[in-house]
Amino acid sequence: MNNKPVDVGDPDRLYTVTGGRSEADDTFDLVTLIVSECEPTAGMQSEHVRILELCRHPTALVEVSAELKMPITVVRILLGDLHDMGRISARHPRAAASVASLPETALLQEVLHGLRNL
Amino acid sequence: MGSATSELPSQRTPLADDAETGLKIVVVGGFGVGKTTLVRSVSEIRPLNTEEVMTQAGQGVDETAGVERKTTTTVAFDFGRISLNQRMVLYLFGAPGQERFWFLWDRLFSGTLGAVVLVDTRRMQDSWYAIDRLEHHKTPFVVAVNRFDGDESRFSLQEIRQALALGDHVPMVDCDARVRASGKEVLITLVDHLYAMALSQERTP
Repeated sequence: MNNKPVDVGDPDRLYTVTGGRSEADDTFDLVTLIVSECEPTAGMQSEHVRILELCRHPTALVEVSAELKMPITVVRILLGDLHDMGRISARHPRAAASVASLPETALLQEVLHGLRNL
Repeated sequence: MGSATSELPSQRTPLADDAETGLKIVVVGGFGVGKTTLVRSVSEIRPLNTEEVMTQAGQGVDETAGVERKTTTTVAFDFGRISLNQRMVLYLFGAPGQERFWFLWDRLFSGTLGAVVLVDTRRMQDSWYAIDRLEHHKTPFVVAVNRFDGDESRFSLQEIRQALALGDHVPMVDCDARVRASGKEVLITLVDHLYAMALSQERTP
């Protein structure tokens, strides 16, 4: 058994994990919160098992990436597969209307309130 | 300084089950300026580390046949987390300011609330590029000057503003990245700034 984490420096290994794919769309933001919708089952790809275990509580994509020790793109591909199969749900950040647009003042007030209470 | 990756069996602190909105703030700065220190001082978890790999293939090259010709760029960054309330969680990213990193800005940090440029007065030139790129991406930012113990020169904020050619509209703040209250103040300065900008935008139809 090889217990070492996947060597993220080896792109070929990563293509194996993702079934040869290296491009992910940007559906999942770094801070999209992922929630498992089922328990892992026998025969599931090991990375899928890990994700379903991690996401029993809401977990941001970037945390999944750090825990799996896999690059963001690879995790986006894995999450896309699980989402297509209905095994996870995704809570996306509120989308900004455009790249340069600012968030609403109400949201910022909530952020300020949270920070002041730290 | 370095990155503070936890290699221990992770004792994960899960988010509240009601958590629904993730937010991002990015801390940008040169090597050793204290990004990780700042993230750690305010984060509720030990900073985690991850990376993004960008693979550039030749245009029109077949996916399989082109494997040898792909060039791979890796950008590592660390991050921490602040649960603002039961529903909102703020992720704080410490990101290197070097050139290759900006190729990935849109893929990683589009939709970010704003940025903190962390400045070391001994190496102010490290900040120029980051400031230029943030302006290019139209990302609102504040400048935080990390006052190290050995900061003998004690340039005033006004002197630093001039050295960085910063407009008067960009808030500046002194900080000690090691101190939680100070890191918190930096974040509040940024969000106050965003709030003022958003307010004036809402009032201007």
